[in-house]
Amino acid sequence: MSVFIIRRLLQSIVVIWVMSLLVFGGVYLIGDPIDMLINPEADQEDIEAAIRALGLDKPIHEQYWYFLANALKGDLGKSFIFSEPALQLILARAPATMELAIVASLMSIMLGIPLGMWAGLKPDSIAGKSIMTGSILGFSLPSFWVGILFIMLFAVMLGVLPAGGRGPTTEFLGLQVSFLSAKGLSHILLPAVNLALFKLSLVIRLSRAGTQEVIHQDYIKFARAKGLSERRIILVHVLKNILIPVVTVIGLEFGSVIAFAVVTETVFAWPGMGKLIIESIDQLDRPVIVAYLMIIVFMFIVINLLVDILYSILDPRVRLQDIRA
Amino acid sequence: MKNIFTALVAGAALMAASGAVAQEIRIGIAQEPSSIDPHFHNLGPNNGFLSHIYERMVEQDSKQRLRPGLAVSWKPISETVWEFKLRKGVKWHDGSPFTADDVVFTAERAVNVPNSPSSFGTYLKGKTFTKIDDYTVHVSTPKPYPLMVTEMSTIMIISKKNAQGAQTKDFNLGPAAIGTGPYKFVKWQKGDVIEFARNDDYWGGRPKWSKVILKPISSAPTRVAALLAGDVDMIDGVPTADIETLKGNPKVKLSQGISNRVIYLHLDQKRDNSPFVTDKNGNPMDKNPLKDVRVRKAISKLINRPAIVEKVMEGIAIPAGQLVSETFFGNTPNLKPEAFDPAAAKKLLGEAGWGDGFGLTIHGPNNRYINDAKIAEAIAQMLTRGGIVTKVVTMPKNVYFKRASRGGPENSPEFSFILVGWGSGTGEASSPLKSLLTTYDKSKGHGASNRGRHSNPKMDALVVQALATVDDAKRKTLLQKATEVGIGEDQGIIPLHYQVNTWATRPGLRYDARTDERTLAMDIKVVK
Amino acid sequence: MSVAMNEGSAPGAAAVRDETPLRRFISDFCESKIAIAGVLGVLLIAIIAIFAPWLSPTNPYDLATVDIMDSRLSPGKQMMSGVTAFLGTDGMGRDMLSAMFYGLRISLGVGVASGFVALCIGVCVGLAAAYFGGRVDMLIMRVVDLQLSFPAILIALILLATLGKGVDKIVIALIVVQWAYFARTVRATAMVERHKEYIEAATCLALSHRRIVFRHLLPNCLPPLIVVGTVQVASAIALEATLSFLGIGLPVTEPSLGLLISNGFEYMLSGKYWISIYPGLALLFTIVSINLVGDRLRDVLNPRLQR
Repeated sequence: MSVFIIRRLLQSIVVIWVMSLLVFGGVYLIGDPIDMLINPEADQEDIEAAIRALGLDKPIHEQYWYFLANALKGDLGKSFIFSEPALQLILARAPATMELAIVASLMSIMLGIPLGMWAGLKPDSIAGKSIMTGSILGFSLPSFWVGILFIMLFAVMLGVLPAGGRGPTTEFLGLQVSFLSAKGLSHILLPAVNLALFKLSLVIRLSRAGTQEVIHQDYIKFARAKGLSERRIILVHVLKNILIPVVTVIGLEFGSVIAFAVVTETVFAWPGMGKLIIESIDQLDRPVIVAYLMIIVFMFIVINLLVDILYSILDPRVRLQDIRA
Repeated sequence: MKNIFTALVAGAALMAASGAVAQEIRIGIAQEPSSIDPHFHNLGPNNGFLSHIYERMVEQDSKQRLRPGLAVSWKPISETVWEFKLRKGVKWHDGSPFTADDVVFTAERAVNVPNSPSSFGTYLKGKTFTKIDDYTVHVSTPKPYPLMVTEMSTIMIISKKNAQGAQTKDFNLGPAAIGTGPYKFVKWQKGDVIEFARNDDYWGGRPKWSKVILKPISSAPTRVAALLAGDVDMIDGVPTADIETLKGNPKVKLSQGISNRVIYLHLDQKRDNSPFVTDKNGNPMDKNPLKDVRVRKAISKLINRPAIVEKVMEGIAIPAGQLVSETFFGNTPNLKPEAFDPAAAKKLLGEAGWGDGFGLTIHGPNNRYINDAKIAEAIAQMLTRGGIVTKVVTMPKNVYFKRASRGGPENSPEFSFILVGWGSGTGEASSPLKSLLTTYDKSKGHGASNRGRHSNPKMDALVVQALATVDDAKRKTLLQKATEVGIGEDQGIIPLHYQVNTWATRPGLRYDARTDERTLAMDIKVVK
Repeated sequence: MSVAMNEGSAPGAAAVRDETPLRRFISDFCESKIAIAGVLGVLLIAIIAIFAPWLSPTNPYDLATVDIMDSRLSPGKQMMSGVTAFLGTDGMGRDMLSAMFYGLRISLGVGVASGFVALCIGVCVGLAAAYFGGRVDMLIMRVVDLQLSFPAILIALILLATLGKGVDKIVIALIVVQWAYFARTVRATAMVERHKEYIEAATCLALSHRRIVFRHLLPNCLPPLIVVGTVQVASAIALEATLSFLGIGLPVTEPSLGLLISNGFEYMLSGKYWISIYPGLALLFTIVSINLVGDRLRDVLNPRLQR
């Protein structure tokens, strides 16, 4: 087990290094930040001075080595726009995004698994069909469109929820969170639902597919023959088995929830990392883009590792040797 | 004893706060400033929002005309030296007095901000500041410098006592963010909120609002929704698509005003084989029709400006015939917006030998100016109907501007025909003339944004002469002449329209629209 | 027992009556009325997409005929050319109906082409990883991790920023962001299947790698693959719309459904509902139809669903 983890960690370091190369190269190709940063009234001399001040006059490999050397010391560079360490900027925004992503993921699991199982157990009932049709709607429309519809309906026409922004924050386990107050909850509701819709549909579909497969398996028939209660069969045997794909997907998708928060945060003016990255891409604040992508890569590798370990616990048929291989 | 006193003060503050709720103003803003340091980044939102905290020696009013700020008067005392008399009795937010030392300190500090992505050196280089007494400052330049006062209206003055040795982060966190302005800095949570509190001792009288809250909401429909939902009292950057409906909404009041920004087209006038000029079937040509002034005139005549204003801009723009609109210094009465005249255009094209037309690609940004991509598309429609088969390529500004400025070989402009805008921060015509139309020359700092590489020595001479003429009336005539040559005779660029900016407030408020696009709580009035 | 059952996993192989597998499959499929509606929907969409130039009242991509003076006409008004705009016109003066027909063509083309190529790549790669294991698996899965560690929307953003705009470019970007999902899914399922008796039996019979992988392993990986496949075609179309919303993606003069929606986005609060709502409904109809068919296919193809 520990050999497996050590090997995975070593591989992860290589992955992170390769990513840093790709990210740096990709971001370098996009455009030249100086055109976004400089005041149009500046003349050629001012532009060159600014290029030197930001270290953009150096060749790319030199800039990369500089970045790598500093990154090893935990410094991912300084934002061009804010002149603050990029890492610090992103981490200051992280709680807002994490809060949104976790609330959205929880929503999709808590609603998605029961609904999906229901649809799987009673596929021909009206409820079952409605759930499936609803799940189709869930990922049919682009989230920015749904987001603005939500705002129009709940904030402008009904006036029951705020149109955007994050509510007042309170400290919870050392982090600033907003879901503990009624006002904070009212702010998080629309963006979280907006972000959860897609994952909810995915969870419903996976749970339903899993349920339908599992209930025809021999061991379920055997359990029934043994006289176990239907409730126990569903809650223990069916649930345990459909958890495998759902855990994989939600684990894998947590990174993408955070990435898709980019759109939700833009539409709902949610002050998280997603809004920061979109603004940074907009203004080509390279250090922030690179730092953000590196953090996402890092997070994703950790999630992957955890999912693989969980996998082996939930489904003993998949042995760690297989994954390690 | 001290504790009791603290409690009393706290109690009083609480009472004041609860009584002042009604005087709080919440503004939804399209673009957030990047710093609280007034010299870190020469950027529109910074220069605007920081005006709540800091003041300049010379201020620009809502029409960008100059008026006294921290200086009460100024005059040139020789060819190369200007004298500024400072306002007496002005106090910094910490209570210390404002003097000439602060001005001299500011001038030194503003050009030396570490990591500044766009330095105020643009306005300060070559100027020497000397303190004569506590309330007199002399600024000298090596050569006569007519834009002195205008450029002084860009530099926010900071407190020597509080900002000595301070870095940008000391401003962002608050300790160094001490100004003389009507509002004091309270806090900035990036992406979430910026808060200012009233400066009760403001020299210009007690400001109206006890608290100013700026909420950055970059998505336009969300910003409008926030106003409609009552989350904010006012928004800036109202999208043109919503204006018609908002006009009919009793919950909303609109304020509109022409801006200092002109939207125009650059045409490649340098290369013979311009990459995006083709024959009618899209094959490359080794002849560039855009170099012919008759073709440029014809293109201008093919563009139906009133249609663009009415249909694309929904009436929220003003057709343009030059670089700055009528209220600005250097506007010439002799240039009107080109009339839509396809017959005359056809004739001109025929005379130039391009009666059969040719092919073009118009490049433009899609997230920089109001409805930019749609304007490009409308122009393509109009030119295509006039025989110049035009394709449209638009891209995000972060990709666009690099390619438009330096995307081609040897850092030359990549495109042949582009849509751009120019906002005159100095509020007069010399800034666009110098940057957009003078011959590109790195050593002189000319034509820095001349992406069509227009070049006419006659016009260059006029601009150079204007920039060395201190006498306002003479300078004005020179700028007008330069504009008439560069646009009227040469059609070096094709102006389309001036942007009009729109703010929306809840009923009971009124905003005096500003040409410089700034959103200032000081300019929000309560009306019955 | 398991071996026998899975050997016959091709649709309808367990023919009890005198039916061909295909007819059995069709009759199974048609048991659901809603699935038939889905098939009809997909057919309709396909017909519109293929024959758009002949079905549309105007050509929305011809800049010489699209007139800015026609912009934002409400449904039923007549345009300058004399053609009635039954669904109104958009901000550029394009007839909404024609623009939607042409837009559907692009959206569907982009979604299907990118989904199909990504599926092929993903399946081959995923199966190879699961079947061969060892270093091959390690290498492939690290590349997949690498790929998945980049949020789809960000890869697409960076790719398109460097590639530029255009239909071909967005297809490339969508393939790049999608293949890894297929690979990961196929591998995860195949990993479980690999240890089942029927594969061991097949290996004992010394069947060729190719035969084992494609005839035995692949059919058993199909159910989750179809789930992911339908989700991916839908999300490809939605992702394309989102990219257009963010200002990269397709050229403005040739809008897809997604781009039409994002163009209409700014009119959402202005009462000009038709600019955004109609393309939205068309997109909804498209994706729902595809998914209904996908759902049914999955039910019918699933070897373990005994009826």
